[in-house]
This record gives sequence, C-alpha cells and structure tokens, in this order.
Amino acid sequence: MNERERVLRLDTAGGEGARGLNRWGEVDRHSARRPYGGLPAPGSRTPDLGGRPEYTAEAEERILGACGLMGVCDESGERMSGELAIRSMASMHDRGNGLGGGFAGYGIYPDFPHAFCFHMLFSDDVAKDDTEYYLARHFAIMHHEPIPTKPVRGIQDEPLLYRYFLEITDERLVETQLSAEDYVVHAVMDVNAHIKGAFVASSGRNMGAFKGVGFPEEVGEFYRLDEYRGWTWTGHGRFPTNTPGWWGGAHPFCLLDYSIVHNGEISSYGINQRYLEMFGYNCTLRTDTEVVTYLFDLMLRRHRLTPEFACKALASPFWKDIDLMPAEEKKLYTALRMVYGPALLNGPFAVVLGMAEGMVALNDRVKLRPLVAARDGNRVYVASEESAIREICPKPERSWMPRAGEPVVARLRGAGEPSDDRAGRGGAVGAVALATAD
Amino acid sequence: MMPSSEAARNVPTGPARKGPIGIEPGRINAGQPGTEKGRVSRVGETARIDARGVYYKTLNGQIREQIEGGATRVVLDNVNGQRYIGAAIAAQGVTIEVNGVPGNDLATFMDGPTVVVNENAQDGVGNTMNSGLVVVKGDAGDVLGYGMRGGRLYVRGDVGYRVGIHMKAYEDRRPVIVVGGRARDFLGEYMAGGEIILLGLGESELPLVGSYVGTGMHGGVIYLRGEVAGHQLGKEAGTAAPTDDEMARIEELTLDFCTRAGCDAAEALDRPFTKVFPYSHRPYGKLYAY
Amino acid sequence: MAEMTFTRPEFRVRIDRETCIKCGRCVHQCGWGVYVLDDEGRPRPDHAKCAACHRCVTFCPADAITIEKNPLAYKESDSLSAAHRKAVWRQAETGGVLLTGMGNDKPYLRIFDHLLLDACQVTNPSIDPLREPMELRTYLGRKPDYVEVAPAANGLGPRLLTELDPQLELQTPIMFGGMSFGSVSLNVHRALAMAAKELGTYMNTGEGGLHADLQPYQDNIIVQCASGRFGVHADYLQAGAAVEIKIGQGAKPGIGGHLPGEKIDEAVSTTRMIPQGSDALSPAPHHDIYSIEDLRQLIYAIKESTGYKPVSVKIAAVHNVAAIASGVVRAGADIVYLDGFRGGTGAAPTIIRDHVGIPIEIAIAVVDQRLRDEGIRNRASIVAAGGIRSSADVTKAIALGADACAIGTTALVALGCHVCQKCHTGCCSWGICTQRPELVRRLDPEWGAERVINLVRAWSHELAEVLGALGVNAIESMRGSRERLRSLGLDESTSRMLGVKPAGLGH
Repeated sequence: MNERERVLRLDTAGGEGARGLNRWGEVDRHSARRPYGGLPAPGSRTPDLGGRPEYTAEAEERILGACGLMGVCDESGERMSGELAIRSMASMHDRGNGLGGGFAGYGIYPDFPHAFCFHMLFSDDVAKDDTEYYLARHFAIMHHEPIPTKPVRGIQDEPLLYRYFLEITDERLVETQLSAEDYVVHAVMDVNAHIKGAFVASSGRNMGAFKGVGFPEEVGEFYRLDEYRGWTWTGHGRFPTNTPGWWGGAHPFCLLDYSIVHNGEISSYGINQRYLEMFGYNCTLRTDTEVVTYLFDLMLRRHRLTPEFACKALASPFWKDIDLMPAEEKKLYTALRMVYGPALLNGPFAVVLGMAEGMVALNDRVKLRPLVAARDGNRVYVASEESAIREICPKPERSWMPRAGEPVVARLRGAGEPSDDRAGRGGAVGAVALATAD
Repeated sequence: MMPSSEAARNVPTGPARKGPIGIEPGRINAGQPGTEKGRVSRVGETARIDARGVYYKTLNGQIREQIEGGATRVVLDNVNGQRYIGAAIAAQGVTIEVNGVPGNDLATFMDGPTVVVNENAQDGVGNTMNSGLVVVKGDAGDVLGYGMRGGRLYVRGDVGYRVGIHMKAYEDRRPVIVVGGRARDFLGEYMAGGEIILLGLGESELPLVGSYVGTGMHGGVIYLRGEVAGHQLGKEAGTAAPTDDEMARIEELTLDFCTRAGCDAAEALDRPFTKVFPYSHRPYGKLYAY
Repeated sequence: MAEMTFTRPEFRVRIDRETCIKCGRCVHQCGWGVYVLDDEGRPRPDHAKCAACHRCVTFCPADAITIEKNPLAYKESDSLSAAHRKAVWRQAETGGVLLTGMGNDKPYLRIFDHLLLDACQVTNPSIDPLREPMELRTYLGRKPDYVEVAPAANGLGPRLLTELDPQLELQTPIMFGGMSFGSVSLNVHRALAMAAKELGTYMNTGEGGLHADLQPYQDNIIVQCASGRFGVHADYLQAGAAVEIKIGQGAKPGIGGHLPGEKIDEAVSTTRMIPQGSDALSPAPHHDIYSIEDLRQLIYAIKESTGYKPVSVKIAAVHNVAAIASGVVRAGADIVYLDGFRGGTGAAPTIIRDHVGIPIEIAIAVVDQRLRDEGIRNRASIVAAGGIRSSADVTKAIALGADACAIGTTALVALGCHVCQKCHTGCCSWGICTQRPELVRRLDPEWGAERVINLVRAWSHELAEVLGALGVNAIESMRGSRERLRSLGLDESTSRMLGVKPAGLGH
C-alpha cells in the first residue's frame, strides 16, 4: 500500500463516530462510541473506526513532570512582545531541566485572524506530504509556510516546523453537520492519531504554540518570539522525569483556542481520562496536560460553563466548605461536584489556560504547587515564582497569592464579540511579514 | 524552504546559555546559570552586592566570601529570584539585607544570622532553620518555617499555606513565627513544638486564617489575635483563652516583632487572643488495632 | 431401616473433663441441640449436630470446649472427593436438593487478591490522610451530562438551572446489602439501621418488609421490592430513602426464595403481610417483568408512587451483565446494584450458589466500561456487592469503577456470625439468622450497632490511607481510576477484561 492509499483509507476512518455528534458537539448517546474518531472523507459515510494510532514511542508512556510556568494577559488587547514571556521564563531556568519548553501567544496573526492556524511538527517529508494532502482535502488552505526559526545553541534535532492557515468551506460543514470547532477537533484527532510522524501543536484562531526540547528561553529564542506581538502569552519550562524530550510532549498543549501550561501531576489522571473518553476525547498522548486541555474544552466550549465555574468543578471546594454555604450556593456547588466528580483534578497542580477570551490560572484544592499573581494597569500576570513576574514588571500595582482552587481570570475587554474588533489592532509585525522577510 | 535547520544542527551543544547564538544578552537574568559576579562595594564591615543578573550559586558564594572576610552586614541590591540566600550560614552577629524578591528556600538550614527582606519573599522561607532571625517586610509564600527547630521568623504581611508545618521544639530551642497579616489553610499543620502568633493587622477582605488550623498538631501553641470558628480547626486542636503567663509571652514576642517589622504595637495588642493547642501529644493512640 | 446415614459428623466436639465445671451453659447456648447433660451433669455432645459456630466455645466460662475437624480418613480421590461422596449419600438418602446458606465458598480465583494498588513517590506527593482533608462522601443517583448555571445578576448570586435527580448521600462509600427480616432477626435489622444512621449510610430491608420499629431510621433505609412483594405497599415505598427492585441475587441468580412457614412468626407475618405459619415464596422472576420495557414500567411506577425517589435495581452478576446493566440504566434506574457470585443468602440450592454467576470484580469492570462506551455512565451509580471482605476489596472495587460497595455477610460477621453456613436451618446460635425468640434476644442491637460502626469507621480510615498514598484527597478521584491498579498473576484476558495492566508496567 502506498502512502496515498494510506491517507485515503484514513479519510474514511471514524465516519460512524462523526455521525454520533450532534451540531452542538454533544455525543449522540445512542450511536456514538468515538465521536472524535475523525472526519469522514468528502462524500463518504463508510463506517470504519480505523487503526491504532501510530506515535513516537514516548507517547506510549505517560509523561510526568514538574515545571515552571508563567502567563501574562493585557485585558485591553494591547499587544506585547513575546520577549516578555522569554525573559520571565528565563528567570525560572532552574525549574526546568532543559527537556522541554514552550509558549503560546494570542493575537499574533492579525493577517489571518479568522483562519484556524495549525502549527505542525513533522518527523519527515512523508508525514508532511500526507498531512498536506489531508488538509487540502478537508480545508481551504489560505496560506502556509515554515515557522521561522533561528539557530540557537541548545536546540537540536528539531522536527520540520510548518504552519497552515485553514478555513472550512460551508459545503463541508453542511455535509458533516458539524460546527467549525468540532470539525477542527476531528481533524486534529485524525492527524495526531493516524498520520505517522505528524503532530498538531496548536489549532486555534489567531494564536499559536511554539514548543520544543530545550530550556524555555532557548525555545523562545529559536522561534524568534521577540518578533511577535500578542495580547496574551503563556510560557512553560519542563522537568520531565521519565522520558527523553519529545517536541510534541512539551507544553503548551493545545486544542482549538485553548492552550494549557501545567506544573505538577494530576493524580486523578486515570479517571479524568476515562471520563473524557465518554465524551469522545481520545487521550492518546498520555500526558496530564492533554487531559486538562480537553476538560477545559468540554466545560467551556461544549458545556458552556464560565471559566470560574469550570474551575470550581476542576478544583472543587471541600464538602466541609460547601456544607457551610447558603442554600442556593450550596445546591449549585453540590451539583457541580456531583456531576463533575470524575473531572475533579486531584493532586498537586498549577495550570495556566490561554484562550481567545483571555487567560485563567488555577491551583489545586490544597495548593500543593506554587502560583503568584500580579496586576499592573491592564495587565494580569501569573507565574510559579514572584521573581518571574518582577522580571518583566518590577513594580506591579498589586501582587497576591491566589487561594487554592480560586481561579485568577483575565478577560480581554470585548471578548465574545466578533473577533474583528481585535483582529487588526496594534498593527504589529505579522507572521506573514515576518516570513517573507526570511 | 526549511529554515536553517542544518545550521542549527551544526551548532555545538553544551550547558552554556549565554551570549551569541544562545539567548540574547538583553534577556539574560539571574535565572541563567553563570559565573559572573555581582559588583561589590565594601565600607568597613558593610558589604553591598549588586545581585542583578547574578546566578544564585555565584551570589551565595559572594555572600559567604564577604562574611568570611569579616563583613557583619551584607546588603544585596536588585535581588530577583535567587534561591537559598542565607542557606546553612552558621555565624552570629551577621545581618543579610535583601532588596528585591529573594527566591525559594531563603534561610534554609540557617544557624545564627539575621536576614531582612525589604519586599516580598517566596516559598519555603526558613526551611528547617536552626537559629537566627528572618524579618520579611512584605508577604511570604507557602510552607514557611517547615520543620523549623529554632530561631524566629517575622513576616509583616500575609503568609501562604502550611505555615509552621512540623515546627518542633527540642531542649531549649523554641522556634517562633510571628505574622503581622493573615494566613491561609493548614497553619501549624503537624506542629510539634514552638510558638506561632498570627496578628491579622490592618484591613483585608481575607479571613484571619483559613481552614485546618493545627491539623495533626501534637505540640507547641498558636495564638490568634481574634477568633477562629470550630470548622476552621483541625480535629486534633482545641481553643482556649491564653493564661496570664501566656499573655505576657504574647506581649513580649509581639512587641519585639513590631519593633523589628515596623508595626503598630498598640494595634497589635488591642484585642483578645485565642490560643490553639493540641489535645494530645499522641493524637492517634486509639486509631490502630493490633 | 431406621435413620442410617453414611455421612459422618463434620466436626468433633471435645470437652476437657478436667476443667469443665458442669455449669450447663453450653447446653443452653447451643442452638443446634448438640449437648445434653448426662446423669452426672456433664455435657455430652452429639457431634453430628455441631456447625462449628463457636457459640459454646465463646461462652464456656471454663474454656473447656474445643471444636475439631473430624479426622476421619476417606480414600483419597481427586475426582470423587469426600465432599462429593457425602453429597451423593445425602441425596441418595433423601432425594432432596442440597441446600446451603451464605456465599459461594469454593476455591475459585479471588481476583481482588490479584490486584495491587499504586502509591505516589517523588513525582507527585502522597497526602497525609490524618491531617489533610480526605473526602469519602459519595452521592448515588443519576447525574446530568452537564450543569447549567445562571450567572449572578440583580444582586442575586449565581443559580443552578439544571434540575438534579434525587441522590442518596453517603458519608462513606460503604452500605449494607439487602437481608430480609425473616431470614435475619429483627435485632439484626435494628443494629444495621442504627449503624447506618450513625455512619451516614444506608441499610437495606431486603424483601421482607419494614418492621414498624425501624421507622425512626427510615431516612437511612433503602426498602426493597422483590418478586414476592412481601410487605410492599405505598407507605412502605414512601418510607425509605430509596427503593430497590431486586431482580436477582449473586448467591442464586435466577432463583426465587423460600422462607419456610416455621420462620413466619407473628412479627414476620405482620411485617410481610402474610398469614402466620404459611410459607413465604418469592417467585424467580417478577411476574410483571418479563422484559426490559416492563422493568421500565415498574421503575416509573415506583418513582411515581414515591415522589421520584431514587430507584436501585439489583441484579446478579451473570455472563451478560454488561448489556443487562446498560438496559437497566436506560430503563431509568438511578442505581445499578451488582451482586457477585460470592454474595450471600439465607438459603440457596448448593448447585446454584456454587456454580452460577461471575465474580463481582469482572462485573464491575465490564459494566463500568460498557456504560462509558455508551456515554451513559453518569446516568446511574454502580453499587458493588457479593464478596466484599475488607476495605482493600472496597478500594479495588471502587478503583475498578464502582461508586460504592455494599456488605451483607461481612456486616453479619461483625455482629458475631461465624460463617457456619447453616442460615437456612433457622437455628443460628448467635441470634442472627433465626426467629427463635430465645436466640434472637442474644443479639443486643445497640451492642451490634457499635460493632458495625467500628468496622465501617475503621474501613473508612483505611480507605483514606489508600487515597493518601495515591495522592488524591477525594474518593471520586480514585473511582474508576484503573490506572492505579495492577494485576499480579492474572491471565492476560482477565487483565484485559478488568482494564488493568500487569504489575511492572508504568503509566
């Protein structure tokens, strides 16, 4: 079987699954087993669940690790250079071990604000060809280019790094009866699960993840993040304990507009993963972070909870404290906990969620991982150490220690309105300009 | 089309992180391993070190160098995130003054010196400290005074979670923590000895103390300026009003704290204290079946 | 020929003549009539009647009694064992179906004993269960797929928009399985009801109705509705915190019940609402349930009659349990109660007890997975029962996917049951499985309640210890987390069925 045939077969994978999702992205409970099993080929409805995912060996082992993280969000939508994130992470160098670092930036692609931007990691040309064939078949590719990088000491063996700005034709949405977001989720699951050597690092609009093996400041330098401007940045330095670094395993972990950087370990991984499988998420990467990302996607996008309540489900108050609440509140929190018990993130963690609407930072229920927050004007900062904030904001108006399970939420003003409002703002150096200059 | 991957592969790899083809010099900071020393100015027994961009290992070496060279006061300027300042320094009559935010594990294993932090401190201050004094003028983070066996920790502002966890007393060593602001959950968890005073001065939307106060406590005592609800207490701890002798001790420590941390002593003693004490030195004697 | 039998006594009762003080207490204590006093006032045992229940041993003030296995040798045969021969002789003598009590005691693989739990080291911290909060609270019942919240507005706080189905709140995920009044004594019911109330969990009436004395505890009682419908009326259904429809029982799947008329005394008669002295026969099936849609009809009849209290459906773990459970959930059950093949009974044909059904461990695993595959796991809670012997079993059952466990026999053991497996005789010397007034009053309900409370509290502490070692502080983070289990010495297909990796494999 040649590669073309392989991709064609892949196209038909998961047809049954796709049918099992309704237009709200919810599982049709009567037929679906793997709703995110993949996109049907245009015009095809052949049910076939496809083969086992083929991955790099690391993905078969669960990735553990402790780390340092940061996030900054300008609520007015003013853009900041990615250099801030690099500097902040550089100050927490010793929290990582050089086996993974990464960043997510929002508002960085003003030239294509509405296109889904796939940041791709390819192990070789075959993976790239297969993926491009797949993407061309399912999307309108508005633009594609290598992700610009520069040589940096400490960064080696990088995969092929490309980005694709994608739009979905109305015909395809009608044909599949999916929302654009669900369509993209299917495609991400498809590529990650079925195209050997290809990995989608991020897939949101007007955002991107830049990650790799190295210390975070080296990764940032490698990706030339100082040349991008964005209104939200998150950063991460990894300290994996049991695996050699793999580029796809670095943080942030992304799906659609959501990106997660994460410090700590989710001791409830086993049940969180099984809970997500019930909603059609395929946790093939076996990282805690993947699970956190999908849980946020489920709660924020599909269940439409606000970030605050999603966080109250993920890091629920103790029963002791729920019992002390006034009746109406008690009812609400009891319900959240009863329904989302399997989603409870247990064990030590601090996470920063980047999203189109802003940024959310959250700690575990008994604060076993560090997290500090600060505000200065429109900017909200979070980091594992206060010094990482002071590095880029020496005298914040206010700095505080967020309470256990109490989210820090930064909201872009005007978020929720059509993204045109934010699209062209700032006139910063766009990705495309950057690429043509290369 | 591939952007310079060949070039990248040809770059020699190694631990060095600075300068050309590493990260840009402008982005190098104290987090980057390096051996460049901070500028030192020495006037009599006072040494001043500019810690900007100096890696913690180098900085701590410089501090020790100055103390061994007879300095009794070491002032660190532009500190940001350097860990282990004052760690395991065994010397009497020495003061280290920190301007900026010191990194984690400040004064860990310290035996004797005084450390004054003029801004906030991070997590793990006074970890397993043996003796000496740490004064933090701002807030301090989580796990303050973990396993502390002696000496004093004074924090003017708020403190985080698990403060005074497993503090212990041994013979004439009685560790003391005094906090001017508020504390989060698990204050005095596993506490086996020593004293914690929590003052809660000034206005704040935060409660004086979080939940699980004195959980697992089996020695020592916590004094709270104000009250604590039953549901906030760990099941091994009870409350009572302090005795006259205990009030005298509270006043003594609080006055010393106010002098050193710069707080209003009158406010600090303007209302009754609650004593939190362990019910038993062996709280789990009946838990097990044999 | 007079009562000639080939079956020799199973036990030998030895009385130390030196120490015996001839007080006669053994004669009085033995419910089986083993002892008679001889002319000299010394007790003489009839070995054949002894059930090795240790009542006499425990109460002999001189500590003079020992019970031994009858050392009588049989010619060895791995094929036709002594036990087989005895059974053949007994049936040859009587022509009867062999009857027994309690649960399957055959040496089938005990899967719980081949599962090992995980613990945290370095990469994530274990949590100290004594000092940090450890939450065991469990809600049983149907949960919606998601929660809708109305944001705070007009000075009002945020509000819950989703209507929740009623739930049972358990302070610890351990409850008591259904054992009917009639098969066990009223004092057993009293002890379990008191314990359930004190512990914040539930006892289950079994199918024999609810005695009036138990009304003060009704918030902690699940009332059962089985095929015999004994004592089932509107007040009864409304009295409990929840209603359980018993389809089957692990000890005797597919088999009805038969409480002999001798056990139907006045109190049992009143509670079951049947005449004194008549047999109480439970049909094998509910005769209004011949198919799954009929179950739905009964579930909703009960919900309608109780103001929509949670309905549990108890099924025996049989080969097709996953599909059956799925049907039960889709039929509207709020709780699926799975009873494994080690589950106990007051009386069952030995052939059924020992040879029908599947282990509870496998039943939990396949049901939990099936409900997840169908996306309906949240629609019902799973209660696992049938051979839960220790807190370790509870932990493993929950990690496999159960929401809570129920104990029956083990609770009786706490009350003094010595597992002599003679429940069906009604002669229980410990006052547990009998209606004879002189025996029943031996069990002081308050004393019994205290013992059961001690047991469940100790288990709960142990559960908390395990959670702490796993690095989680809420039971829901271990529930269904098979990642924290490993198998040792299980064959590959069983491991795969359980969804558990073999020991030695990392994450």
